[in-house]
Amino acid sequence: MRAPVANPGRGRPLAVLAALAALPLIALVPGVNANYWMHNFILVVMWSIIGMSWNLLSGYCGQVSFGHAAFFGIGAYTAGLLYAKLGLSAWWGMLASVPVVGAAALLVGFICLRLRGPFFALSTIAIGVILRIVAENLVGFTGGDQGIMIRERTWVEKTWYFYIILAVAAATFWFVDRLVASRLGYYFVAIREDQDAAESLGIDTTRYKTIALVLSAVICGLAGAFYTSYMGYIDPKVVFALHDVSVMAIMVVMVGGVATRWGPAIGAVIMILLAEIIRTIPKVGTAHHTLFGVLLIVVIIFLPNGVVGDAGALRRLLRIRRPS
Amino acid sequence: MSALLEVKGVSRFFGGLAALTDVDFHVDKGEVLGLIGPNGAGKTTMFNVVNGFYAPSRGEIRFKGERISGLKPHQVCGRGLARTFQVVKPLQRMTTLDNVVCSAFLRHPGRAEAVAHAEEILRFTNLWDVRDTVSKRLPLGLRKRLEIARALATNPDLLLLDEACAGLNPSELEESIGIIRRIKERGTTIMIIEHHMKVIMSISDRIVVLTYGQKLAEGSPAQISANPEVIKAYLGEGDD
Ligand SMILES: Nc1ncnc2c1ncn2[C@@H]1O[C@H](COP(=O)(O)OP(=O)(O)OP(=O)(O)O)[C@@H](O)[C@H]1O
Ligand SMILES: [Mg+2]
Repeated sequence: MRAPVANPGRGRPLAVLAALAALPLIALVPGVNANYWMHNFILVVMWSIIGMSWNLLSGYCGQVSFGHAAFFGIGAYTAGLLYAKLGLSAWWGMLASVPVVGAAALLVGFICLRLRGPFFALSTIAIGVILRIVAENLVGFTGGDQGIMIRERTWVEKTWYFYIILAVAAATFWFVDRLVASRLGYYFVAIREDQDAAESLGIDTTRYKTIALVLSAVICGLAGAFYTSYMGYIDPKVVFALHDVSVMAIMVVMVGGVATRWGPAIGAVIMILLAEIIRTIPKVGTAHHTLFGVLLIVVIIFLPNGVVGDAGALRRLLRIRRPS
Repeated sequence: MSALLEVKGVSRFFGGLAALTDVDFHVDKGEVLGLIGPNGAGKTTMFNVVNGFYAPSRGEIRFKGERISGLKPHQVCGRGLARTFQVVKPLQRMTTLDNVVCSAFLRHPGRAEAVAHAEEILRFTNLWDVRDTVSKRLPLGLRKRLEIARALATNPDLLLLDEACAGLNPSELEESIGIIRRIKERGTTIMIIEHHMKVIMSISDRIVVLTYGQKLAEGSPAQISANPEVIKAYLGEGDD
């Protein structure tokens, strides 16, 4: 049974943060390709942010989104366009994406949040697809299929990129923790559990669903803006991708544990690791989508509450005894 | 002094079906008004119209002298009118306490105050012992009572109870009647739908009878139980 409302403890997140902050020391380990590992660490942290974002809207508030690529992509394009059109550093995108993605989410909310359950989910798919097509075709503005290339790299080393995304992740974790324990957090879960009951208890469900959507979108947009600066290149097919972003966000949280505190982070570790392992298998190619699909089915059947939510069941499954 | 709740010429149609036709009645401050009628008479629909789930097709609802028809349910609740559901709607994966905390937030935005208020309500409704039970695990009787507790935690001036006593065993029934009486003593006005004749007759100050979406009769319990039309339409045909 997953806890509907988390009870924030103190020490553990700080200890985890300290351990993560030490990861760049991997460069001191002889014989290890530090650059390769740092890249994966950065992806894991970035995906845990996207996961926390999805978890807020879909895990806690129950509004299942299949369109988080929309917010990721808008964040990425905000950064890319600041660079390409205004000649600013793409890093400003992390600031500028907040109002831009927030406004976009308000509009999406206005259109989609009047729909309930699966109808909302379907409409979010449409939003993601529409934005991809727009980005591909507004050639004069977005560069179309060519995407946007950031010519100057801020750092050759990956260490600072890692610390920047880690700071965003830590802030997001702290923010979600506070939020979930507050009135808003209770309202989100109430809406997830029964929208009519919530409404009749005095909860303005439209308003609070919109708040959940905007907060979730802004967090996801930050990850997108970071992505532009970090990767130095964005392409509409990549940043607005249905399976590689929207579905990946869902899988990260489902594998880790929906509506759990650590689920998104743990899910990100597992999914990035898995993606890497699958990538190293020769001749798999695009079949990795199939493998991910199979994994999702396995998770839904055996660990419906994710690794965190079903920690007990997982231990039994792996026959690991609790230390007595 | 106008009544607390005024239902004026309210009709509600679902396609071709007239679930309510031109219904007039009022609820006075401090009283318990019983709403009775055979299955499908339109009682729950009346609650849904009063609480804002459905807009009336015709007519209007006034609460504390202001028009509330056209408002959303959360706005109606904010003005001091709370309701329970005949088919219970607990926030399934939340504990009993958290269910009540959710509605206590309406008047107490801070978490500590909301929890304190919710705890007081749980004691008042004798749900204290199951406060940490996940609400979908509660037996029906307690889920029915959770409906009352949750509505009560919004500090309503008018409480609508939709068959809050249906399906209870005799001891639970006894307990729920006691709680409803104590709610009345606190000064909360109550409108109650109930099939249990003994309950409705003993608890209500006045009774409104609906059949086929129309008001058939209105009066004191004694008048209603002596009314030949009511007996024919309702009490006569298979009383449970
Ligand atoms: N949303 C709806 N759509 C269509 N018809 C509806 C709707 N809600 C209620 N009705 C119809 O309106 C009529 C009145 O239903 P209502 O639930 O108000 O009866 P009730 O008096 O509460 O009955 P019961 O004692 O069985 O609870 C019924 O014929 C019902 O089928
Ligand atoms: Mg009914």
